[in-house]
Amino acid sequence: MPDTVYELFTNLGSWLTSAEQWSGPDGIGHRLAEHLQYSLLATLIAAAIGLPLGLLIGHTGRGAFVAINLASFGRALPTVGLVVLVFLASGLSMWPVYVALVALAVPAIVTNTYAGMTAVDPDVKDAARGQGMRAHQVLFQVELPLALPLIMTGLRLALIQVVATATIAAYVSFGGLGRYVFDGLAQRDLVQVLGGAVLVAVVAVVLDLALSGLQRFLFRHRTA
Amino acid sequence: MTLYRPGKGHLMIQFDAVHKRFPNGTTAVHDLSLEMPEGGVTVLVGSSGCGKTTTLRMVNRMVEPTSGTIRVGGKDVLAQDAAELRRSIGYVIQQAGLFPHRTVLDNISTVPLLLGWGRRRARARAAELLETVGLAADMGKRYPHQLSGGQQQRVGVARALAADPPVLLMDEPFGAVDPVVRTQLQDELLRLQKELSKTIVFVTHDIDEAVRLGDRIAIFRTGGHLVQYAPPAELLAHPADDFVTDFLGAERELKLLSLTPLKDVPQAPAATLPADEPVSGISRSDGRWRLVTSAAGGPLGWLDTDALPTSGTTGEAPLRPARALRDTDSLLSALNETIASPSGFVARVDADGTVTGVTAREEIHAHANAAHAAAGAAAARTAGPDSTAPVTATATPAERPA
Repeated sequence: MPDTVYELFTNLGSWLTSAEQWSGPDGIGHRLAEHLQYSLLATLIAAAIGLPLGLLIGHTGRGAFVAINLASFGRALPTVGLVVLVFLASGLSMWPVYVALVALAVPAIVTNTYAGMTAVDPDVKDAARGQGMRAHQVLFQVELPLALPLIMTGLRLALIQVVATATIAAYVSFGGLGRYVFDGLAQRDLVQVLGGAVLVAVVAVVLDLALSGLQRFLFRHRTA
Repeated sequence: MTLYRPGKGHLMIQFDAVHKRFPNGTTAVHDLSLEMPEGGVTVLVGSSGCGKTTTLRMVNRMVEPTSGTIRVGGKDVLAQDAAELRRSIGYVIQQAGLFPHRTVLDNISTVPLLLGWGRRRARARAAELLETVGLAADMGKRYPHQLSGGQQQRVGVARALAADPPVLLMDEPFGAVDPVVRTQLQDELLRLQKELSKTIVFVTHDIDEAVRLGDRIAIFRTGGHLVQYAPPAELLAHPADDFVTDFLGAERELKLLSLTPLKDVPQAPAATLPADEPVSGISRSDGRWRLVTSAAGGPLGWLDTDALPTSGTTGEAPLRPARALRDTDSLLSALNETIASPSGFVARVDADGTVTGVTAREEIHAHANAAHAAAGAAAARTAGPDSTAPVTATATPAERPA
């Protein structure tokens, strides 16, 4: 058994580092680009939906139950089921993948945006209004900047989740790093499966570290 | 009804039959009619839930009255755009409410920028105000969390003053700082007010703060009832009812003395001893306790001539502390010193700290008594039959001890 594991990792090492594995339309470089493209696009769409929603709920204080229930909805969402459902409804296209990834990302964005907005000190909002700011000025000059650290955390969490889940694009015969996982499973090529999984994990971790670094830099003047 | 302040004529803020009932049914302010003349500090005081903060917040429409009219500078506040009204009125709240993501300078620039002054002019004004409120110029680049509570509160005042509004609303601004800093901030506010002559509405639950800062004090009772509105001396000398008497506390008469300066109390020449006088030659004919002074004429302490050391100078002998008082100090401070002084005399100094004379304990007591009687008589003259009615604040507040 230890020999097999050792062999597996040696093979994985050469799989990951071989030059031909990185080039060509089926190479890691291309698959990585596809994977990031799906993830970023899905997160952007989710942000376009989730941010205004979270800001609106946070600013008005109305519809808080939406924000709170979305969080549990997000956790309970069967992503693969959703892909299949939309796939059956729409036929072969990238639609099912994007619908599923966006549905996955929206709750994290809404919930964190809402949490960031409610965490703004009421005294500060009161002072902003009392100095003569109009509602939109309070929102964009005070609430939004103060909620920004948590909003960014929401975006980061959403992106990481989406990156990890974008493997399902391959499930409905599209590209991305998931290709290796599903092809490997079909071909009973364990090294390929593991290679795909490791790549997805590395991309997720690197993105997470880079973005939290960026957050720390941007908000270095804030107190904890 | 005439309202009068020297040099200033007209009313700045008027409440006319104002009611405020919140949606949950509680009445915060009940049939309030109140007038505040231009210039001077009006303190709204009362226990929590008495409607004093609601009253303050109705002035800049942070809360809207259920009925009645509020005018600022003669104009109905409800007829104006709320945001523009608020930009024309300074607003300071407890904990300062500074914007944590903006530097001190940017915080102070808030209203000028809202008014469209342009960044450069707003910044220049903000830098000027830092100095006005007694903060060093390098504080401007800091963020609020890098300042102490007292410094934050100064920034809050600077922010409120930025567009030079005629009216300043202050909602328990010094409630969250320690007593030492609070006293400093109160002194600063009085100094600023001397320079700027704003119409200030100040909310507090601390009656001592009210007496210290107020030109007029409005006392509220739970349920939003205005109980009495009068200058501090009148309030202390003639509380309208038992509620006010209780609220003013057991030291009411002493508080009254805190309003009277020492300058009219005569002083006798002091038989002082210079610090370099040898103790051997001191005669005891000038009383047991002698005031020893430094070369500059400042008081060093009381020397007991019954217990003189055998050699050395008076400056080397053991002395009992003497806290000398200036003309601007209050009768209350003088009374306090009569308790501490071993000699029965209070040392008096001029503005430079040079001893000018002494005043006997009996003299101070007599003046304290007279001051109390005078305040009572003045209050009786001005109060009239309905002292709770919209104010007759005709009495010029006594010159305030520093």
